[in-house]
Formats: sequence, C-alpha cells, structure tokens
Amino acid sequence: MAGIPHDHYEPKTGIEKWLHTRLPIVGLMYDTLMIPTPKNLNWMWIWGIVLTFCLVLQIITGIVLAMHYTPHVSLAFDSVEHIMRDVNGGWALRYIHANGASLFFFSVYIHIFRGLYYGSYKAPREITWIIGMLIYLAMMATGFLGYVLPWGQMSFWGATVITGLFGAIPGIGPIIQEWLLGGPAVDNATLNRFFSLHYLLPFVIVGLVAVHIWAFHTTGNNNPTGVEVRRKSKAEANKDTVPFWPYFVVKDVFALVLILTIFFAVVGFMPNYLGHPDNYIPANALVTPAHIVPEWYYLPFYAILRAITFDVLFLDAKFLGVLMMFGAIAIMALVPWLDTSPVRSGRYRPTFKWFFLILVIDFIVLMWCGSRPAEGLVPLVSLIGAIYWFGYFLVILPVLGFVEKTTAVPETIEADFDAHYPPKKD
Amino acid sequence: MIKKTLLTAVIALGMGIGGTAAYAAGGEQHIEDFDFSFEGPFGKFDQNQLQRGLKVYTEVCAACHGLRHVAFRTLGDEGGPHFPADQVKAYAAEFEIYDAEKDEDLPGKPSDKFPVSNDENAPDLSLMAKARAGFHGPYGLGINQMLKGMGGPEYIASILTGYTGEEKEQAGTTFYENTAFPGGWISMPPPMEDEQVEYDDGHKNDVHHMSADVSAFLMWTAEPKMMARKHLGLLGTLFLGFFTVLLYLTNKKIWAPIKRKDA
Repeated sequence: MAGIPHDHYEPKTGIEKWLHTRLPIVGLMYDTLMIPTPKNLNWMWIWGIVLTFCLVLQIITGIVLAMHYTPHVSLAFDSVEHIMRDVNGGWALRYIHANGASLFFFSVYIHIFRGLYYGSYKAPREITWIIGMLIYLAMMATGFLGYVLPWGQMSFWGATVITGLFGAIPGIGPIIQEWLLGGPAVDNATLNRFFSLHYLLPFVIVGLVAVHIWAFHTTGNNNPTGVEVRRKSKAEANKDTVPFWPYFVVKDVFALVLILTIFFAVVGFMPNYLGHPDNYIPANALVTPAHIVPEWYYLPFYAILRAITFDVLFLDAKFLGVLMMFGAIAIMALVPWLDTSPVRSGRYRPTFKWFFLILVIDFIVLMWCGSRPAEGLVPLVSLIGAIYWFGYFLVILPVLGFVEKTTAVPETIEADFDAHYPPKKD
Repeated sequence: MIKKTLLTAVIALGMGIGGTAAYAAGGEQHIEDFDFSFEGPFGKFDQNQLQRGLKVYTEVCAACHGLRHVAFRTLGDEGGPHFPADQVKAYAAEFEIYDAEKDEDLPGKPSDKFPVSNDENAPDLSLMAKARAGFHGPYGLGINQMLKGMGGPEYIASILTGYTGEEKEQAGTTFYENTAFPGGWISMPPPMEDEQVEYDDGHKNDVHHMSADVSAFLMWTAEPKMMARKHLGLLGTLFLGFFTVLLYLTNKKIWAPIKRKDA
C-alpha cells in the first residue's frame, strides 16, 4: 500500500515465509493495523470504529433475526411477536437491532459532520468522501427496507409514501413505482423483495466500507489541523504519527465502550423511545395513520421533501420535493469541488465556523420539522432550512474560499501536538 | 475542545429529540400520569397487580377484546403474573379454543393462545400498551416521553377512567364522551362500574383501581420480557461502565509517554 512510509511486516520463521510468498495476508493485516496515524486526532475521530462495530452488530443480530422471521404479509407481524415472546433472547436481539440502526445513523451523522468541519473531503480524499456518501445512501436504503419488515402500520404506510416518491417522476414514475413494489400497491411481493434486499445491502456496505478504508489508508487520515503528515522519510513521518495499534485502537475502543454503555441503557430501559407506537399495530391498508413519519434519521430530508408546497413552471410540487430531497444528499457528495478554500480544516477558518454551526443547527431544525405535521409555521421553516442547506453548499462554500481571511495554520502536525502537550524542559 | 464537546452535545440532543417526535395528537386529550410499579429502570411488575388485572381482563375486557399474541402458558412465567402450573391449566380450560385439526372447539390448553377479539370493532389488546403513546411533546421534543415513559398503560387507564357520562348518537352509533380518547368521543361504552370485579386479595375495586390493574396487566401482555430486559440493561450498563473505566485508565497510560505526561 502506498502512503505514509512505515515499517512493513517481515516474515521471520519458515512457516511465515512460506505463507507470505503464497498469500501475504498477515502483511496486509499488519499494514492495516499498524498504519501511521496522525497523533493529534481528537475525539471526533472515533466514529469510524463505532460505525464498523454497528455494521457488524447489525449483520450478526440481523442474520439471527432472519432465522425466525417470516416475510409474508399475513405472518410477518406475528413472526416478529414470536421473536419477542418465544425465541430465546429474541426480544434482546430485536431491540438491539432496532436501536442499533439508530446508533448507526447517530454515528454516521457525527462522522459526516466531522468530515465537513475538518475538510476531510478535500483533495486527495475525494474518493474516500464519495464512497462514504455511497455507504450513507446504502444505509438509508437498508434502514428503510428493514423498517418495512415488521409489517406494522408505519412500515406499510412508510413504504407507500417512500415508493410513491418514485411515482412522482413525470412520465416513467408510475412504471418505476410499480416495478419497485412488484405490483400496483404495497403487498406481499413488496415485502418479499424488501426482505431480500434488506439482507443483501449490508454486504454491499461491507464491500464499500473496505474500499472506504483502503482509500484513506492510501491518503492517510485527515486530522484536526488539516495539515498532511510529512512523508519524505520514515523518521519525519514518525514525528507526526503514532501507529494505529495500540494507540488508537485502545482510544477508539474506550470511546466505543462508553457509547455502548449508553446504548445498553437505551436498549434495556427505553427500547421503544426512538420507535413509533403505530408500528405495534398490524399493517392495515384501509386505515391511514393520522400522521405518517419516517424514522428519526430520515427526518431532515423528509422535511426538505415536504418543504416544496408550490409548483414551479411545469414541475409539480411533489416532484420538485423529491428532486430537492435527493439533491440535498447529492450536493453533499459534490462538496469536494464546491469548497474553494485553500485551507482544509475549519479550525483555521473563522467565518466558515459560523456558517458550519448554522448548518448543524439547520440540520437539527429540519429534523424537528420533519417530525411535525406540515401545518402552521412548519412548511415555512422547512423551506428556509432547505434553502440554507443548498445555499451552504452552492453559494457559501464556493464564495467563502475567495473572501475569507483564514488564520495561521501550524507548520506540522508535530507542532500542533507540541502546542497541546509541550515537550518537557529538562 | 469545549466547543467541540458542546457541538457533539448539540447534535446528540437534536437527534434524540427528532426521534420521538411522534404524532401530535390533539392537545385536548387528558392522560393521567398513573404511578405504576414497573416505571423507571428499576421498576418491577407487581405480581399481585398483574393477577388482579387478569381477572379484570377476563371478566370485563374479554367479552369483546382478544389477546391473540399471548399464550396461556406465559401466565406462569416468572416476571409475569407467575401463576402456579395447575392454575394456568385450569384457567386455560375455561376457554373454548377452536382446534383446526379436529374442526371443533375444545377446552384450552396452556400451549394455546388467548381467544381473538369477537367483535370486529374491538381491537386486539396484546400490544395496545405499546401501540399507544399517552405522553407527547412538548412541541414534539420527546422530553415528556423521556421523563415519564411512552405512556401506553397510562393511556389505557385514562380511557377507562375518562368517561364523563355524556353520550351522543351519530349515524346509528352511540358515542360516549371520553376525556382521554383522541377527538373526545369513543364508541366503546363505559366497560366497568365500581366493585364490578371481586378481587380475591381484597384490594380496592373501584373503577380507578381496576383500570390501573388491567392496564398493568396489558403492559405485561405487550412486553412480557420487561423484567428480563431491565435486568439485562442493568447488568450491561454496569459491566460496560466498569469496562469503560478500565479502558480509560489503559488509554491514559498508553498515551502518557506520547503526551509527555506521567502515567
């Protein structure tokens, strides 16, 4: 692997050499685990490990749940109750899986905002960023498909609303919608294919995660200063970095276990807090819930979808909303080319900091808007929120790069680290 | 660092909030905050209350409603009403359960489930305590649910105690005014009156107490593994909390030379 110069695995014994000349797998693991990592990484760099853990947790609990689940419209709801009541530890598996999705999204949002603040998307890490966005999209799809499986009221009506988005595409929309559903409406064919895809996509995510890690192991980690590790020689690189093992493995696992402590408290004491009561009512095509809302992690984009309440020229409001919603995610993927600032880290961009803070607040406000019935001030606030979201990426970031006066960036990572932890004078 | 911590906290808070946003039902609903024994991380089901609740369910609710997900055998489970096996057997035998193989109604066995609703307008009650949220907001922020719980059993108990005595007729159906029901008018007639169910343990049997008892019972039918769940939660957080401390110390020690600190 290219990248920062560091020690590589040297097979010593006969058997090690024998294996290494045939399959350098130990070398690969060694290089992955011992990768030189900027020593000034702060606590915002722990989420990658948390996310990897979530992926593994979801796959393991999901596979066991699938052993007891029945993807059929007349049996799905009952099979989930069977898991909750009769399967040994089934309730724990299901609550961990359902809340695990929340932890997964909670972590991915902090991970994404971390990247946005410290400019982790900028050259040469564009590919890492875009793969990350693909992972996020795949997560959204997987989460949505999974939410349909218990076949409760919100499952059914959520599926109806979300597939309806595709139906809003002019001309071919209804055909696409019918193709997705496997029929004219959400029914058994829909449930079956959603189950199949919900099982498949996590493994696609595993593949994407491998590429994501491969990409940033090539470029090296970004860090809070945004200054690159010096890589002219091993000695120089060693001043800026420490090996991933044990320093960051222990640090990240410490953070992970702390987060899991809170996670376990949620699973044990309030497992339904983040869910929706309506999903404990079996799906009924004849009764529409008073207020259909997606899971919390989709709410900001759901708010953007609903923000458009007016037609523009020949485009009707619904289709425009769909474009805006997908556009809001797509625009994030393009940020490497929208941000014109030569300074990578937000730490040295005093004006940027404010706009970034507003973006975070905007995201939270949009999330709240998405959870409320679209009445009163909610559509207006959603619209303003949506405009800021797009404005941040399309106007603020491109312009700011030219007009902003940035502050002094440290020469090296070592200098930044020494400023925090001064060398002993003795 | 403080700024970043703050930022994380803001994001975290925001995400917690969005979640429970839930369904802004009318503000005119009045849900009384009953004080149930199973509330909070250490709350436990009161075995006697569950047994009384079963009696109310059997003598009152079961006339119309069903419990299709609940098997009789679970009445003997620890962490539930915890009846002795012979009582479970005798209770099950009071019901006539349709046997598909023999195509006839036979006395129920512990392995059978409770009968389903026999009135299509009477919803199944197995999951009712989780399918309704008594507490909302404020402003969709989810704070009330965080502090008081989701309020499913409170919702049920408030419906049972929320009749005002007013009734009206609409399109041939009688509706009864109820302060807890969304919209204020419910088609279920007031199901009980004071002292309707005789408790074996001599507990107070006015409508208020019977409502609390049957709601606790229905919380158990909705979440029969609640006690095991809280136990796991407690063990998990204690273990992980301890593990966190160890890892904190390990991390501190490992980084000390790098950060030029004394370990």
